Amino acid sequence: MGSIFNEMLNPDGSVRGPYAQIHDWVGSLGTAHVERALKEAEGIFRRLGITFAVYGAEEASERLIPFDIIPRVFSAMEWRRLTIGIEQRVRALNAFLHDLYHRQEILRAGRIPQDIILQNSAFVPQMVGLTPPRGVYAHIIGVDIVRVSETEFYVLEDNCRTPSGVSYMLEDREAMMFLFPDLFKRHRVAPVENYPAMLRSTLESVAPSGCKGEPTVVLLTPGIHNSAFFEHAFLADEMGVELCEGSDLFVEGSHLYMRTTQEPKRVDVVYRRIDDAFIDPLTFRPDSALGVPGLFDLYRAGRVTLVNAPGTGIADDKSIYTYIPDVIEFYTGEKPLLKNVPTWRCGEPQALKYVLDHLAELVVKEVHGSGGYGMLVGPTSSSREIEEFRARLKANPKNYIAQPTLALSASPTFTGSGVASRHIDLRPFVLTGDRIRITPGGLTRVALKDGSLVVNSSQGGGTKDTWVLED
Amino acid sequence: MLGRTAASLFWLSRYVERAENMARLLEVGYRISLMPRAIEGHRDEWLSTLTSAACEASYFAKHKDITTPEIIHHLLFDDDNPSSVRTCLRTARNNGRAVRTALTRDVWESLNGTWNEYSQITPGSIGPDRLPGFLDWIKQRAMVFRGALLGTMLRHDTYYFSQLGTFVERADNTARILDVKYYILLPKPSDVGSDVDIQQWSTVLRSVSAHRAYRWFYRDSTYRPWLVAEFLILREEMPRSLIFCYQWLTRSLNGLGEVYGQRYECQNEAAELYARLKAGNMDDIFQSGLHEFLQDFVNANNRIAAQIAQTYNFP
Repeated sequence: MGSIFNEMLNPDGSVRGPYAQIHDWVGSLGTAHVERALKEAEGIFRRLGITFAVYGAEEASERLIPFDIIPRVFSAMEWRRLTIGIEQRVRALNAFLHDLYHRQEILRAGRIPQDIILQNSAFVPQMVGLTPPRGVYAHIIGVDIVRVSETEFYVLEDNCRTPSGVSYMLEDREAMMFLFPDLFKRHRVAPVENYPAMLRSTLESVAPSGCKGEPTVVLLTPGIHNSAFFEHAFLADEMGVELCEGSDLFVEGSHLYMRTTQEPKRVDVVYRRIDDAFIDPLTFRPDSALGVPGLFDLYRAGRVTLVNAPGTGIADDKSIYTYIPDVIEFYTGEKPLLKNVPTWRCGEPQALKYVLDHLAELVVKEVHGSGGYGMLVGPTSSSREIEEFRARLKANPKNYIAQPTLALSASPTFTGSGVASRHIDLRPFVLTGDRIRITPGGLTRVALKDGSLVVNSSQGGGTKDTWVLED
Repeated sequence: MLGRTAASLFWLSRYVERAENMARLLEVGYRISLMPRAIEGHRDEWLSTLTSAACEASYFAKHKDITTPEIIHHLLFDDDNPSSVRTCLRTARNNGRAVRTALTRDVWESLNGTWNEYSQITPGSIGPDRLPGFLDWIKQRAMVFRGALLGTMLRHDTYYFSQLGTFVERADNTARILDVKYYILLPKPSDVGSDVDIQQWSTVLRSVSAHRAYRWFYRDSTYRPWLVAEFLILREEMPRSLIFCYQWLTRSLNGLGEVYGQRYECQNEAAELYARLKAGNMDDIFQSGLHEFLQDFVNANNRIAAQIAQTYNFP
């Protein structure tokens, strides 16, 4: 896909508008100065307890996600254009979910093969016929976007289940404002600190219709051993709502309650950060100790709202991803403003042949994988790794999709040997309730290894503060 | 507030208090082990330290003999010892993490910062020369926690639950230290008033950081068992005395009662115990037996802690 787009510099070496001042600032940074700032930032994060548990690494059950001090900057205009595309996509995804769990018009119209929906493990039959308050399914979506040129953005993935990372967006901004207050004096950066308030408003706006007075919202966490526990606690605190574990909640009669130091308190909206399968042992996995027995029946009866709704995973399933441009057209009647990455479905013989012939150039992912696990990045893999992957792919082609290696845009990043270009992506967070709310910015993830295209924190990626400049 | 949150607040304060007390007990034990004395005496002192710390069983489950390095390791670093400083600080921090939303940033940072530093320390690096400084650091960190708690927490249910944990633990600790001296180290009649005896009373006072306060308070340079016991049981001026702990416990339970607009049995029991201490005098206590008195107190304290847990729906 051509050459790599540099976020700060034009091909002729001149500085792109949004980075006018950042460029000089980066030039003025001495190594010692930066190292001191990074150390200070690490101290801030460690004290605040920003940690991230990496599955399968017991010896380092807690570590910090590396933070880069050079912000990623959007002009107001760039951002406006991007948000229009994001809104369109998010509206379509919610309409799609509503349709899949009701009349399934899109299947009748033959735009998506029935099988890949109805036989998909992410499709939750228990949701059929149920309409959540305001018809919203995916209240919180984190759309993973990469940039390849001045005007071209691609959506890599729509995270419609329980997207995480928003706390890093907030904390990165805090750290930057603490470390470099001068920079903020010289720029007009749109604030992100309203996110928790916006989230709370969104959650309250989808309370069950029978809820009188101010709705009680809780955040349901699997507990302190979950990799994103810090974020759960952080968001609950920022929103001013109780952080509950499953055992703190119980169903009695026709309502959900939490066990308090006093009388049980009724709960109206549950922002759950546990997966569908664990929500309610009576409806889903019977061995789950994380959920609340009877919760799903209550939800079906419209007595409590679950956010996001169960079954939203069908909309971000990697096997459905390739159909999303059709989905957008089908429900909005408009052309998609944000592109999908061209994708080969390895289950189709023609596609599989192409993929096997071009493994060294492609990125191959598991349909149901996430977090950068179990994927092959052809150009940066050894021939042995490629051959091993080839065997796995042949054994179960349906389980994989393949995409060209995108030339992710690069941004100046502080590395051990000074400032260098590193690939980045973007995860804006989109809230849908009474209306759609998009925080200006989002989480920019950066691949810290030279040439690497994998930005996932579980694979050694870092984060950057993301700026949207005001006009 | 969730019942689980209340329980975590109670326990995190309790564990920080325990870590601090452990550091103090070790400080005294170590000080004595440096003094020129007969080997058996030295052994007895360590044994009384273990008993005061309620770590006798866990220690002898792993070690046959009493040696200074093994005791220090067991009380500071042993993960199998539920009351080692390391276990206390880790548990306090994990409880804090689970109820992060109920804590102020300063309280959380004190817990988290302490554990982050402690978890980096290799036991081997704390040799005899570093031990006193290290124990001081543990006490300081506990005080930073307490300072953050007192200075930044809203006087609401979160605050009261954490106070309850602190003072239930402190009351238990003071009662046990006094009991060990009196019961286990019961002096032979010939030793009363001897160097060894005075030494041991000084140990008791040092274990609760009160040896100087005692001298100021009683304007007396000799330690009189009668007065030491009075100081640690009945004097509200002494911040680690039983009566002081119960003054705070009743106050905190009353605070909760006001916040919730309800009066419970645990509140009455604590108030009753406090009233008994307030009306108490040392004549009666010694007459009916100090050991029995202290045993009764420890039991009542445990009972009240259990009532608190039940009343406020601790899981």
